[in-house]
Amino acid sequence: MSYLEYRVKTIPAGWRKVLFMNWGLIALIIGAAFSGFAMLISVAGGNIEPWALSQMQRFSIGLLAMFIIAMTPIWIWRNVSVPIYMLAIVLLLLVEFLGSTGMGAKRWINLGFINLQPSEVAKIALVMLLAAYYDWLPADKVSKPLWISVPIAFISLPVLLVLQQPDLGTSLLLLLSGVTVMFLAGVHWVYFGTVIAFTGGFVLALFKSRGTEWQLLQDYQFSRIDTFLNPDSDPLGAGYHISQSKIALGSGGWTGRGYMEGTQSRLNFLPEKHTDFIFTTIAEELGFIGTISILAIYVGIMVFCLHSALRHRERFSSLLTLGLTMTFFLFFSVNMSMVMGLAPVVGVPLPLISYGGSAMLVLMGAFGLIQSAHVHRPRDNA
Amino acid sequence: MWQKSNIVSYRHFRTARRGLLVGGIQLGFCGLLAWRMHHLQVEKAESFRLVADENRINLRLIPNQRGEIYDRNGVKLAGNEASYSITMVAEDAGDIDLILERLSKLINLSPEDIERSKAELKQSAKFLPVTIVDRLARDDIEKIAFNAPMLPGINPEIAFSRTYPLGEIFAHVVGYVGPVSTRDLELRKDPDPLLRIPRFQIGKVGIERELEITLRGKAGTKKVEVNALGRVMREIERKEGSKGANLKLTLDTNLQAYVRARLGNESASVVVMDCNSGEILAICSSPAYDPNKFVRGISFNDYGTLRDDNHRPLASKTVQDAYPPGSTFKMVTILAALEAGIINHRDKIRCNGHVEVSNRKFHCWKRDGHGNVDLVKSLRESCDVYYYELAQQVGIEKIAEVARILGLGQSFDIEMSAVTSGIVPDKLWKLSARSREWVVGDTVNSSIGQGYVLASPLQLAVMIARIATGNQILPRLIKSVNGVEANKETSKLKLKKNNLNLIRKALFEVTNDKRGTAYDSRVLTKKSQIIGKSGTSQVRNISAVERTLGVLENKDLPWEQRDHALFVNYAPYDDPKIAVSVVVEHGGSGSTVAAPIARDITLQAIYKGTPPITAYPVEDRAKIYNQQRELKKLMPRTTKSSKVQA
Repeated sequence: MSYLEYRVKTIPAGWRKVLFMNWGLIALIIGAAFSGFAMLISVAGGNIEPWALSQMQRFSIGLLAMFIIAMTPIWIWRNVSVPIYMLAIVLLLLVEFLGSTGMGAKRWINLGFINLQPSEVAKIALVMLLAAYYDWLPADKVSKPLWISVPIAFISLPVLLVLQQPDLGTSLLLLLSGVTVMFLAGVHWVYFGTVIAFTGGFVLALFKSRGTEWQLLQDYQFSRIDTFLNPDSDPLGAGYHISQSKIALGSGGWTGRGYMEGTQSRLNFLPEKHTDFIFTTIAEELGFIGTISILAIYVGIMVFCLHSALRHRERFSSLLTLGLTMTFFLFFSVNMSMVMGLAPVVGVPLPLISYGGSAMLVLMGAFGLIQSAHVHRPRDNA
Repeated sequence: MWQKSNIVSYRHFRTARRGLLVGGIQLGFCGLLAWRMHHLQVEKAESFRLVADENRINLRLIPNQRGEIYDRNGVKLAGNEASYSITMVAEDAGDIDLILERLSKLINLSPEDIERSKAELKQSAKFLPVTIVDRLARDDIEKIAFNAPMLPGINPEIAFSRTYPLGEIFAHVVGYVGPVSTRDLELRKDPDPLLRIPRFQIGKVGIERELEITLRGKAGTKKVEVNALGRVMREIERKEGSKGANLKLTLDTNLQAYVRARLGNESASVVVMDCNSGEILAICSSPAYDPNKFVRGISFNDYGTLRDDNHRPLASKTVQDAYPPGSTFKMVTILAALEAGIINHRDKIRCNGHVEVSNRKFHCWKRDGHGNVDLVKSLRESCDVYYYELAQQVGIEKIAEVARILGLGQSFDIEMSAVTSGIVPDKLWKLSARSREWVVGDTVNSSIGQGYVLASPLQLAVMIARIATGNQILPRLIKSVNGVEANKETSKLKLKKNNLNLIRKALFEVTNDKRGTAYDSRVLTKKSQIIGKSGTSQVRNISAVERTLGVLENKDLPWEQRDHALFVNYAPYDDPKIAVSVVVEHGGSGSTVAAPIARDITLQAIYKGTPPITAYPVEDRAKIYNQQRELKKLMPRTTKSSKVQA
């Protein structure tokens, strides 16, 4: 068959595939997830209910899904990337009409067994589609304007839909991972230079538009930017999240107050302590040692993925792995930046650790894809 | 299906190159994150930990007891009375309506109380206690304690509230406390966190206000750990407060009560001083009010009655009101003339009943005139013309100087509210206060204590005490704070001893010579002989028309236009002990209205109780006997029994 046209000596098959999975990566993922369980128990005051238990169940399902996806040959995933993308768009449209509202935005769609966040699905679907597109596109056409406009349309569609919810954070993440894939595919530097210049101008325009009739952002988005730029200006109002989380972080010191001894989160000074702000609990209870360990696990995951991507001889696998790595990187770096006061408060969870179903499942799916690419890589002697 | 392979080696390397670049940027950002973690968690750890503790630890105040106030003999004037209240914690109570209904069967609950409690319970957090009723009787509390199992969430609480056992007798001196208002906070700029406690009471008037900080003491504190909603999780530390300082005043309750009873419903004020130490034995403004009403929160109607009364019960007239001193000012004019060396006691001035100064006629009270008048006669018979002539020679500056030496025109450092400094006018004062030049007529008016001259009853008492002793007496109200006596030092006045002696001799004749204006108010016993001067000060100008029609009798005028009656005196002559000033607003003649009051009070002070009837002239004895009996009924009987050592 066609795949054998590769200069391929061996591709693992059958149960042998299991041996070829990236076990280091799996170990790190499990490590991150278990830190998450521990923290969820601590946040609940030493109880496995209400968060840790269901998080464990979801992780188990996610792990299973990852194995199934990893066992499925990577070319199958390449071929279904268009339908998956279309499914994601349909889900995004659905959420517009029958999604439920949470925290002032329509983000969730109830599938019965799970509250799905279609924007999470879109993150993976977009990377898959772009990787498949550039795999299909002949190399000499990559930088041609016509062939650039196609992926831009692919990116814009979900970005605009998510922006509509409104969820500025996720739409920016989608945009960033999409553009990263384009960059990795070899689109000419000039385009990116131009885009960066225009973005700069746009940001300027955004701030200039404030208070006028054609204001480009919602008031709450402006106020988030304000508090980001100067969180101390309103420590009890809009800046409360950032101020309190910085306090929690700072009060941790080298070794923290000890597991289950955090005062900030246990006394409810911190909002969203089990989801987006769980990092502050880690920081307060386990200190710098704890936070740097979490960061080390994430960096380890990234390095494993990058290493795997660079060894792929096949374009789809390579772009997919690098793109998903970028998505993962954006997840944790944006969450940590936000908690540490380096970025505005946007609703991005800490991957594998924050309580939350769709993010966990989608992330495990992404790791499944990365594993699939890793397993179904032609090897010289296997 | 899998298409033809697109693998071209340069493309692979380009992807790898860019992949490495992106990966490098990502790792670089992770480095930034790690640096930030280190910065926040290690370098700034100290300061953040502090903030976290502030978040978590809440300082709660434990109110302490306010210092008590006693008179010079240890009679309690202001104390703290345990009062019981009951509170309800909504989350412990469960069914609020049911509990309130059960409660209303046990004790008296007004429908307003129930309404207010329900509203408050709804508003505040479920774990915070809400006061249902306060000032409950002990019986009610016992009933509630007995039925405690039926009343979950109900807690009896004890608190201290201020009481003034002697009621209105000390109203203006001691003052009262009341809840802190926003105006108090602005005015006082007091950082004491106690003031932020809801319903906390601070001194509003009088000693309660002026010595607020001394009386308040220090609140205790407890540190509690709270969560973000304010619920107390546990107590960490407790520091007991200290009670406010106890005050012992110079006042004598027996005398003060007598003065209050003697003044009755007159709009009047009296100051009784110890001549030598300056200690104020009684300081009373009449009519008065019950300070206890203010502590509990006075009703709008009651307050309106007090406010609109033309006898001004709310005013502390002894120190905050200043009156034209009238003839009581004449000692000042004479002293000024003597000090300036313009006259000696033998110099005579002729009184024809009036003098003309710059085309204006100034009348003596005696229309026919006094004839030839010397110093002693001028005081004894209170001849005005003598002073008109004298003043023109002495000049206002010298008169003002002597007035200030005697304590007029200055506010004393005394612990009462709104102490006035009165007015001792001179040329500079008129220029700045009235923007007009001083004229001779002003001097003439001032010489008999009219015109611009104003003095408070306290100042008049100080004046007569200084004349009596020749010492620079300063009024004192606080005998000791927490048992520590304040020091008392007096210096000699800058006046010649001989001149003062002349004045004293002349004053002696005012009350003890048949021709004296206050002879009717003489005292027979030598140890309590009173030496004083009356004053009748006009509150309106008498027009020429009225003069030709004949002077209107005081009793024919509306109350507000009648003369003020004044009397200042000391006693006894040889060894002055007591100084008294009496001002009866719109009372009429000083010698007939104010002098008898001053005599009764002086005798009461010297005999430390009811004086023997033999001290009074024979013709008065029957009247005085009845008066003494009547007044005894009015005086509080509790004075002796409520003695507690300070």
